[in-house]
Amino acid sequence: MALNGMQIYKLLPRKNCKECGFPTCLAFAMKLAQGGTEAEKCPYMSDEAKAQLAEATAPPMKTVKFGANDTEYTLGGETVLFRHEKTFVNRPRFAIMFSDIMAQEEIEKKINNINTINYTRINEEMYVEIAAFRCESQDKDKFISLIKKVTESCPKVVPMIITESPEIAEAAVGICADKGPILFGANEQNYEAMADLAKENKLLLGVTADGKENLYTLVQKLQNTGYKELLLDAGSRNLKGAFDDMVNIRRTALLSGDRTFGYPAVAFVCDMSQDKMMQLACASLFIEKYASIIVLSDMDYSMALPLFALRQNIFTDPQRPMRIEQGIYKVGSADEESPLLVTVDFALTYFIVSGEVERSKVPSWILIPDAGGYSVLTAWAAGKFNAKSIAKAVKEFEVENKVKTRELIIPGKVAVLKSDIEDELPGWKVTVGTEEAAALPNFLKKYKAKEAAS
Amino acid sequence: MAYKMPTQKYSGKILEVNVGSDLKLGGESVLPFYSFDGDIGNKPAIGMEIWDIFPESWPAGVLDVFKEVADEPVKWAKHCVEKYNPDFICIKFEGASPDGLNKSVEECAEVAKRLAENVSVPLVIAGCPNNEKNAKLFTKIAESLPNKNYVFLSAVESNYKEVAAAVGLAYGNVVAAESSVDLNLAKQLNILITQLGVKPDKMVMNPGCAAVGYGFEYAVTTMDRIRLAALEQNDATLQMPMILPVSFESWKVKESVVSEEEIPEWGPQEERGIAMEISTAVGVLAAGANAVILRHPRSVEVVRNFITEMTE
Repeated sequence: MALNGMQIYKLLPRKNCKECGFPTCLAFAMKLAQGGTEAEKCPYMSDEAKAQLAEATAPPMKTVKFGANDTEYTLGGETVLFRHEKTFVNRPRFAIMFSDIMAQEEIEKKINNINTINYTRINEEMYVEIAAFRCESQDKDKFISLIKKVTESCPKVVPMIITESPEIAEAAVGICADKGPILFGANEQNYEAMADLAKENKLLLGVTADGKENLYTLVQKLQNTGYKELLLDAGSRNLKGAFDDMVNIRRTALLSGDRTFGYPAVAFVCDMSQDKMMQLACASLFIEKYASIIVLSDMDYSMALPLFALRQNIFTDPQRPMRIEQGIYKVGSADEESPLLVTVDFALTYFIVSGEVERSKVPSWILIPDAGGYSVLTAWAAGKFNAKSIAKAVKEFEVENKVKTRELIIPGKVAVLKSDIEDELPGWKVTVGTEEAAALPNFLKKYKAKEAAS
Repeated sequence: MAYKMPTQKYSGKILEVNVGSDLKLGGESVLPFYSFDGDIGNKPAIGMEIWDIFPESWPAGVLDVFKEVADEPVKWAKHCVEKYNPDFICIKFEGASPDGLNKSVEECAEVAKRLAENVSVPLVIAGCPNNEKNAKLFTKIAESLPNKNYVFLSAVESNYKEVAAAVGLAYGNVVAAESSVDLNLAKQLNILITQLGVKPDKMVMNPGCAAVGYGFEYAVTTMDRIRLAALEQNDATLQMPMILPVSFESWKVKESVVSEEEIPEWGPQEERGIAMEISTAVGVLAAGANAVILRHPRSVEVVRNFITEMTE
């Protein structure tokens, strides 16, 4: 059970030495209770008190890692069931399933897809993070040559080794231990050997059982071995059952506060349907509720675009809206004669504005200054979107070298900025644009026609 | 220690609203698809979107599917019902737009009437982008189709008095209250409409939709909060079923609109449009939508499979 500030205070030395950075032990205790600092910061606490505190203040869901170096990922650590209650912290990662009895062409196709999907969406690089390997031949050499082939062709993927044979697992780990693979397949029979192998190589261990009750017992046994870097699978391979597993594993941890299920879970969407669009539907569900690894049969751009976009949205911190990088953006084949608009760096605003500009078919430039990541009116009210920040962006991004126009179109809602901007930017004329982005296509068409006429 | 499954049992319940003669929306007393907790109510419904005019502006990926039938709304609606079996048809009167063809409300009401006479599933009547025109349009259509329990999409802050009075009070149809991704705005509009005398079971909500990737988190969070208020706090002003016009949003974003020639590595445009539509639909269903409006037959098929697997 979680301790409150007063209970924690009683465990502290109560000497107000300030070495933890807080003015008093009580202040430190209060902060600790909220999860705002770490018990380690107190140099004088007894080991016994530390252990008691660590147990009491540990989050209900463990944070685990897999992968290595640039491709190391964090899973779990969630504290709420709904993002508005605080935020979701660790986005699910996508895996593509390979099997060692799969036809060569199919393997090649998946490798090609993994290497093709690679793009940036609002400052986030989107690509397939994991290649899952299912050993179905029970032939060690065959399995290893598949892992080798795929990891050599796709250097960025982290392998997920799926086998229930500790012997095959050991050989597979042997060839890719440096990539920090996920080892999946600890079950009732093999869990001791699998836990040893995972422990030795510091790997995330996938635990699988038939049903939540069996999984619960198995996780308890594993925890008793002292290994707690786990990934859960309650065995359902149909949509409804897997949804039940995901929701209830997460609720057991967060609602019941039972840490036996306080680990991330994996959804084998690849086994739920052969239809790619149905897999997309299942994966979309599990992004919202509550998978940490989503295994698909394959992924092409038509699946990647909605899945990565949905994931990015759902895992945005509600208190920190998404921001687009400041700069000057080209829409369509804009050249130095094209119109220039300015708006804020709040990602949603940028997306809507650029979408409407695109729809207008009038190639244009959009200038994005530092506006604090707020929407137009909020940024203006907060003093972040004003003549100074706009003029600064015009200079910083060398707008005068990139376009010939000396006319800047500003959002209709901040029409009041017109003269201020003209004062800050000598030689420039400010035109007041539309109040709503939806009216931009009409506005730009007329603007362009007027310009052509003059 | 043996495993004990937690449950989230609530005192509140979503209203059951009749649409047409035998389509029922809502009725659940648990979170969306949480059949392990209790009664999930009626299966979410799927409607197909058609227009009163030829949908010139639709991306090729979905326009090509309907181009043989889209010149006439009754032909188009019958084609959809016979071939794809949707739960309802959503007719969008884009032609009524004052910035477009500016068709008269009488002409539109004629179309609605012919649809009602010739189509076996209930109708959802959607307006044009102009709320002022929609007030007149909905009044006229509701008048010519009284007591049908058809849903009118939507009453908004600027026209709710006229729309709710005509649709919900005078002519016995269902008012969809539309607000923009904010629990308090949704609640306020529901209260205003019920204060006019519209019964809550003659209402549905559209709390604001977006496509995945385009501020979709606001839509999901608003829906999550509305559902939790309705179930957990038993807030009667938020217990109406939710209807989400997914296709209005998902087919206008870049991923659905850009042609394969423009961005070759993205692959066929049609697949991207379908995928955006499916992902957005599942996203709102998981957050509590009781009905979704879709365009592409393939999306209808997949989302129906999804709903069937989740509920049976």
